[in-house]
Amino acid sequence: MIQLQGIERVYEVGASPVRALRGVNLSIARGDYVSIMGPSGSGKSTLLHILGCLDRPTAGSYRLAGQETADLPEAELSRVRRHQIGFIFQFFHLIPRLTAAGNIELPMVFAGIPAEERRERARRSLEVVGLTARAGHRPDQLSGGEQQRVAIARAVVMEPAVLLADEPTGNLDSVSGSEVVRLIERMNTDGLTLIVVTHDPQVGGRARRCIRLADGLVVEDTEPPSRRRSAAPAPEVT
Amino acid sequence: MIERDVIRLAWHSLRAHRQRSFLTMLGILIGIASVILLTSIGEGTRLYVLSEFTQFGATLAAVNPGRIETSGLPGALGITIHPLTLDDAEALRRLPGVERVVPVVMGTAAIEHGGRTRNTFVYGVSSAVPEVWRMNVRGGRFLPEMDLHRGAPLAVIGPKVRRELFGEANCLGQPIRVGGQRFRVIGLMEPKGQFLGFDIDDSVYVPVMEAARLFNRDDLHEIDVLIANSSMIDPVVRRMRALLTERHGDEEDFTITTQTGMLDSLGRILRIVSLAVGGIGAISLLVGAIGILTMMWISVNERTSEIGLMRAIGATPAQIMQLFLIEAAMLSTLGGALGLGTGMGIAHVLRLYVPGLPVHTPAEFVLLALAVSLGVGLLSGLLPARRAAALDPVLALAAE
Repeated sequence: MIQLQGIERVYEVGASPVRALRGVNLSIARGDYVSIMGPSGSGKSTLLHILGCLDRPTAGSYRLAGQETADLPEAELSRVRRHQIGFIFQFFHLIPRLTAAGNIELPMVFAGIPAEERRERARRSLEVVGLTARAGHRPDQLSGGEQQRVAIARAVVMEPAVLLADEPTGNLDSVSGSEVVRLIERMNTDGLTLIVVTHDPQVGGRARRCIRLADGLVVEDTEPPSRRRSAAPAPEVT
Repeated sequence: MIERDVIRLAWHSLRAHRQRSFLTMLGILIGIASVILLTSIGEGTRLYVLSEFTQFGATLAAVNPGRIETSGLPGALGITIHPLTLDDAEALRRLPGVERVVPVVMGTAAIEHGGRTRNTFVYGVSSAVPEVWRMNVRGGRFLPEMDLHRGAPLAVIGPKVRRELFGEANCLGQPIRVGGQRFRVIGLMEPKGQFLGFDIDDSVYVPVMEAARLFNRDDLHEIDVLIANSSMIDPVVRRMRALLTERHGDEEDFTITTQTGMLDSLGRILRIVSLAVGGIGAISLLVGAIGILTMMWISVNERTSEIGLMRAIGATPAQIMQLFLIEAAMLSTLGGALGLGTGMGIAHVLRLYVPGLPVHTPAEFVLLALAVSLGVGLLSGLLPARRAAALDPVLALAAE
């Protein structure tokens, strides 16, 4: 599903370049459940952005579902995000003016899907996240947990291959946090590739495979060595 | 992305800041309203003046003594102004292409009947007035065909004179005094209303010779010539000029004014007025455009994280640009439409309170105003929309 090879990302900040990623090799199988952890500044956000096609690597190759994305033009990258990737963010990122259903319809609006079909698909998505009764509510009328569930419905409504969750529980109390985690884990069980970026070991530890970053390198990967394609030898810590 | 959805999304964000959107619209609103109001009055005036002049017919040419388009000093060049005479009028009458001629001597005189006196305009004219001036007789008949050099104590009166002197009583055949001389009323004109504020109905028509005697002058104020048809205006005017120049000792000491020439110069003046009004409108629209630009710029900054989110869920830069452009265009078009309503509303109210004020808003002005405000919106939205489209999605998402 996902193949990263020699991914580097260098930011030009002032005089000295900052190397956020220094050669990451990673391969994630379809339907996998992966957590990416590491301290701030370890490069996990940068990796998430590259995985989500929001950012392009300075060097290296990223193949998503067999397609090389590193050299795609911006408009094409937008289309890859639209169809292949769903995002969930710590701060939900719902449009405050739109209702829950309106927010869920938004990706389909950009995809040019007709209103009739959008409504039907949004309705089904709301059903999946258990918020059918909240369809007409605006974000400020929803609790944090409900907002995140609307965001999840929005992320999966285009039926992407990969769900990228950036600190999905970071802004939630433990009850709604575990609700959200259970919801996305259920989607993973149904075949969605799930990648969670977090610094919460409670959340990250639930993944089938845990990847730990430090200083722009993968320093730990619990994937069985037989499946690993990483060229850089990562020290095994157990 | 479907157009209807773009409009819906833009509408949602405009509505989210109702007050701010309205205040931004105000610039365009005031601009369009003032332009519509001013042009409506301008256009109304043009139509009013046009109808005032054309009521006398388009193939009318007027000859007046003296030159208006003189170059140099007439005295130094030795041009003496010959008066227009009845013989000039008769000579003109014989020109091919000339249908009828009205020599005019005018002045004011006291009209008396049955102890009542009224000071009105007295026109010394010929029998051709009904055709040349396009006026109709309501009762009796107009002055008969006669030798211009001979008078007859006959008078035709306007409806206002009749009302003032006779009331509802019959006036035909009745004697009146014009400037102390006795005349007999043989005709009553139809009401014609006003010409540039001058009451045509308040006049008395007598044979030209009688007026000349009355006002003690032997020259004419004007000779009005009716040309057979409009395609002959230019050649006939040339012939008239040649004839009169010859008769006046090889000097062009008169002026021939045609309806078309008059309307042309009138149109030129009104065009300049329209241009000035358009300039004022352009300035106020520019101010409105800057308002929209500022507001959209602020809006892009405020909604940076929202733009990042849209990019993350699959919006292309072109789609983001489209959203903001349409938002700006809607803002100004809405402002323009409201301005249009305001301008036309004020024009309507003005018409109610100032009945004489000619106001007219042509349909093409309405469409033009809407098109212009749409264009203003698109132009002023361009910069902010491009900025929104160029945002880096990662940085935009991080903005809070």
